[in-house]
Amino acid sequence: MTATTTARTAFVPPTRFAVPGRIDAGEAAVEWQTATLTEIRRETPRAATFRFAVPAWAGHLPGQHLMLRLTAADGYVAQRHYSIASAPDGSGHIELTLDHVEGGEVSGWFHTEARPGDQVQVRGPLSGFFAWPGDRPALLIGAGSGVVPLMSMVRHHRERRLSVPLRLLVSARGPRELIYADEYGTETTPVFTRTAPAGVPVGRMTAAHVAPLLAERPDGGWEAYVCGSNAFAEHASRLLVAAGQPVDRIRIERFG
Amino acid sequence: MNVTRGFTGRPRVHNPGLPPGQYDAGDDWPVLSAEVTPDLAASDWTFRVDGLVERPQTWDWAAAHALPASSYEGDIHCVTSWSKFGVRFGGVSLDTFLAAVGPHASATHAVAYAHTGYTASLPLADLTGGRAWIAFEYDGRPLAAEHGGPARLLVPHLYFWKSAKWIAGLTLLDHDEPGFWEQNGYHARGNPWDEQRYSGD
Ligand SMILES: Cc1cc2nc3c(=O)[nH]c(=O)nc-3n(C[C@H](O)[C@H](O)[C@H](O)COP(=O)(O)OP(=O)(O)OC[C@H]3O[C@@H](n4cnc5c(N)ncnc54)[C@H](O)[C@@H]3O)c2cc1C
Repeated sequence: MTATTTARTAFVPPTRFAVPGRIDAGEAAVEWQTATLTEIRRETPRAATFRFAVPAWAGHLPGQHLMLRLTAADGYVAQRHYSIASAPDGSGHIELTLDHVEGGEVSGWFHTEARPGDQVQVRGPLSGFFAWPGDRPALLIGAGSGVVPLMSMVRHHRERRLSVPLRLLVSARGPRELIYADEYGTETTPVFTRTAPAGVPVGRMTAAHVAPLLAERPDGGWEAYVCGSNAFAEHASRLLVAAGQPVDRIRIERFG
Repeated sequence: MNVTRGFTGRPRVHNPGLPPGQYDAGDDWPVLSAEVTPDLAASDWTFRVDGLVERPQTWDWAAAHALPASSYEGDIHCVTSWSKFGVRFGGVSLDTFLAAVGPHASATHAVAYAHTGYTASLPLADLTGGRAWIAFEYDGRPLAAEHGGPARLLVPHLYFWKSAKWIAGLTLLDHDEPGFWEQNGYHARGNPWDEQRYSGD
């Protein structure tokens, strides 16, 4: 063949595209960088926030995550993904919030060994599809540590004094297990599945939690961000679809 | 080497089947799809191969099941770092579908697309030679919806985001057309043995 006549128009699948990325992630951050632990803050009996100095951090958008790597003396490495909890603030610091997973290799090290001054490697920010640039109305639904990337959005919304609507529905076993409990404002509705303060109902998230939020119908419609365990993500995304949220306006980050 | 103080990690297992940076997830099979799991009945499922081919064709559930069965037994590797050993998928070899449509000599790549609209791009060479399947069964049972049932693409020698769940079709092209994760910063090929996780790796 001497010349190709194939038009290089973008391929469009014949079905509705589910979730196009919100930003052009471009070349992912290729380099591993050293992150120095500067502070550990307890959030709940099982979760803590770890603050790191990452001087050359390229910045991120709320909702993005990174890859974190621990290296043993013999060269053995363990790497996991963690959502970024802090808002992009140009401070050269980022925060992660980790659940202590029973027998967990990486979260176990953080919760039993780590102390300020320790160094780990990070690579990121990663992935553009769960990112929220602060443009569209955001309906955020999370459970457990799934609230972490959503909190970055809430903090961003607050720090930049954005006027675009933002709502957070966050599920936890009880008030003691609710991560960032002191930070929520009127944008947030907690749902408690096991124990709740007097007068607050106990039970899993239902259509009744989702309906009033969808009824707000902000201009341009909600962009929904769902994050948590796979079981929770399945449950919450089905509630959204049943309530009329378009499937191509639902972004899901599953922690596996 | 940047040794992490106080980190020893799990007891070392010598496992030549584990690509670099991966760990053995054991019995777990994490689900990481970015979209809502579709309610897709087997009777509504179709699979089409078109693009740079002689005879574009669409198979429905019965037609795909009338093709010679083929299975994969081995390992799968997810870019989030878990690997799963000794899995068993049943389905039909992609070679069978490709033989039916007759790819043009100019076809070099494919876009795999799902009934949800998810896409993944692959070099055509990774889809031929008995290395790729349309899978309907896992461990002798119908593939669960959250794992891509009723049918998913299976390309186990590449990171698993290439193995599009709820597979709807393949379009053969003469160039690479980045899919969903490839547009979101992931690698064009995704070979776990070369740790091709992100573009630039
Ligand atoms: C995009 C993304 C973002 C995430 N963000 C967060 C976040 O913000 N916060 C957060 O807390 N988590 C987050 N996660 C989850 C996180 O990546 C880890 O999966 C989690 O911290 C557990 O890792 P671990 O090393 O502690 O546990 P692992 O060692 O991976 O163990 C997990 C479980 O499997 C068992 N197990 C696994 N392998 C073995 C083995 N060989 N032998 C025995 N038992 C085994 C463990 O006992 C444990 O119950 C995120 C995941 C993804 C994909």
